[in-house]
Amino acid sequence: METTLKGNAWVYGDNVDTDVIIPARYLVTSDERSLAAHCMEDIDETYAKGVSKGDVITAGNNFGCGSSREHAPIAIKGSGASCVIAKSFARIFYRNAINIGLPILECTDTDRIAKGDLIEIDLTKGTITNRTKGETYHAKPFPEFLQSLIGLGGLVPYVRTRLSEQGR
Amino acid sequence: MAMTLAEAIIAKHTKDPVEAGSICRVSVDFAFTNDITGPPAIKEFRKMGAKKVFDPARCAILPDHFSPAKDIASAEQIKECREFAYEQDMLFWEVGRVGVEHAFLPENGLVLPGEIVLGADSHTCTHGAMGALATGVGSTDLAAAWALGETWLRVPETMKVSYEGTPSEWICGKDMILALIGKIGVEGARYMALEFHGEALGKLGLDDRFTLSNMAIEAGGKTGLINPDEKLLQYARERAARHFEPIFADKDAVYAASLTIDVTDMEPQVAMPHLPENVKPVSEAAGTPVDQVFIGSCTNGRISDLRSAARILKGKKVHKKTRLMVIPASYEIYRQAMKEGLFDIFLDAGAAISTPSCGPCLGGHLGILAAGERCISTSNRNFVGRMGSPKSEVILAGPMVAAASAVAGHICHPKEIMA
Repeated sequence: METTLKGNAWVYGDNVDTDVIIPARYLVTSDERSLAAHCMEDIDETYAKGVSKGDVITAGNNFGCGSSREHAPIAIKGSGASCVIAKSFARIFYRNAINIGLPILECTDTDRIAKGDLIEIDLTKGTITNRTKGETYHAKPFPEFLQSLIGLGGLVPYVRTRLSEQGR
Repeated sequence: MAMTLAEAIIAKHTKDPVEAGSICRVSVDFAFTNDITGPPAIKEFRKMGAKKVFDPARCAILPDHFSPAKDIASAEQIKECREFAYEQDMLFWEVGRVGVEHAFLPENGLVLPGEIVLGADSHTCTHGAMGALATGVGSTDLAAAWALGETWLRVPETMKVSYEGTPSEWICGKDMILALIGKIGVEGARYMALEFHGEALGKLGLDDRFTLSNMAIEAGGKTGLINPDEKLLQYARERAARHFEPIFADKDAVYAASLTIDVTDMEPQVAMPHLPENVKPVSEAAGTPVDQVFIGSCTNGRISDLRSAARILKGKKVHKKTRLMVIPASYEIYRQAMKEGLFDIFLDAGAAISTPSCGPCLGGHLGILAAGERCISTSNRNFVGRMGSPKSEVILAGPMVAAASAVAGHICHPKEIMA
């Protein structure tokens, strides 16, 4: 996973739910590209067509609330967005994003970021630099266990290692 | 140290130190997916290099969301689930036997008190009413549980919610949980467990308790736990598919937050578009026209829900400009409703009765909304586009308010229909 990310901001509010991130009518596949084509369409019809590789989604509280569909972070990752920064995440989305390798950061300063601001992120330091405004914000560090999970490359390599330890 | 129910259940499943906020590796008693979350779980299971699920009698796939297959793509997803289930010799039920997962599993004794249960479905918290620490996860976490028979959990802080007082005949579990979500908001219990207590809770039937626990996620909760009582234990013993040992919270457990809701003068509650926290007493929404009414789902598709709807609908007609969809949540419920004559009441009223499925709840099928349409629904979410067009609206309510609104053609207190 790249540790330095750079792109423009797409700004959303509180309680962005997984039904708007990827509506259930598209859940007849889990293919990344098919899902990405409809990402965010029920709250922002311009997102899927307008997003560029590396762009950053920012939001308020409780991002990813609702359904457990892993299709939501898959759609965001497939859309080309490099990271989601929110004041807080709903717990299932939080786990899912880490598990599928979509970088997420908890940061209380997302109100400072406006649509289109150029954002640079250093994932190892947890710093978010707003190049447009010349400001730097700090993300809340991950708990130690999650840092080690992310370091291993996510849950899939972790399970693979555990299975081989067990000789299965 | 005195423990909350979540802490006590985790402590029985881990060697790690248990305190709120710590992360524990825990054994998993039961792990399931549905037909939407199943295919990605299967893909991740293979990527993990796993060959066999940890215990085929404790791993399940329930094709309940887009089933009976609503189109070719859904049929392909169900087929993939079926083939994997047969390969693994794990639990799988065809249409005609399967029900909506969170109604079907307790009925079949597959989720039991004291257990840790993972489901790749956010409403897995429903099983907290069985006294199980049951929580929703994504497909990759679920695949890991299938492979290892364990998962990691952050020990949640617990919010204790006490329901006190004596409710009127128009109040059900749905009103009680909507009142809570209206009070604390959609992230009021984020990362936390809810633990339900109180005199009014003890008097609730099990179906209403499932409704309460079901919507814990709508407040951001990890699960909605209820200490097992004799009523629940008897239900569990009659159905148990395996041995179980109930676990209880300590009397002097310390809670991160506590609040009390008095149900004595409570009015039936509704949640307006587009968040479950937009809760109002029904009188404040009365008169709002509805195009469709949905009675069903893992929240309110159980037999007592159908009985209360039938009580309102008996001898009445659904409004000429309104359609009523009734979807029993399992075949056991379906048969029982038929035996009791509830289907005659629904059909005489002009309702449609469908086969068990999640159906329209998540905008799958069996009652999708067009732009500009409004549905009052006994399900659990009213997000933008949840039941169809992003320009449609969903209002959440209990089965009595839903049935009364079907007759009136607009949102209506059931006592007005019964007057």
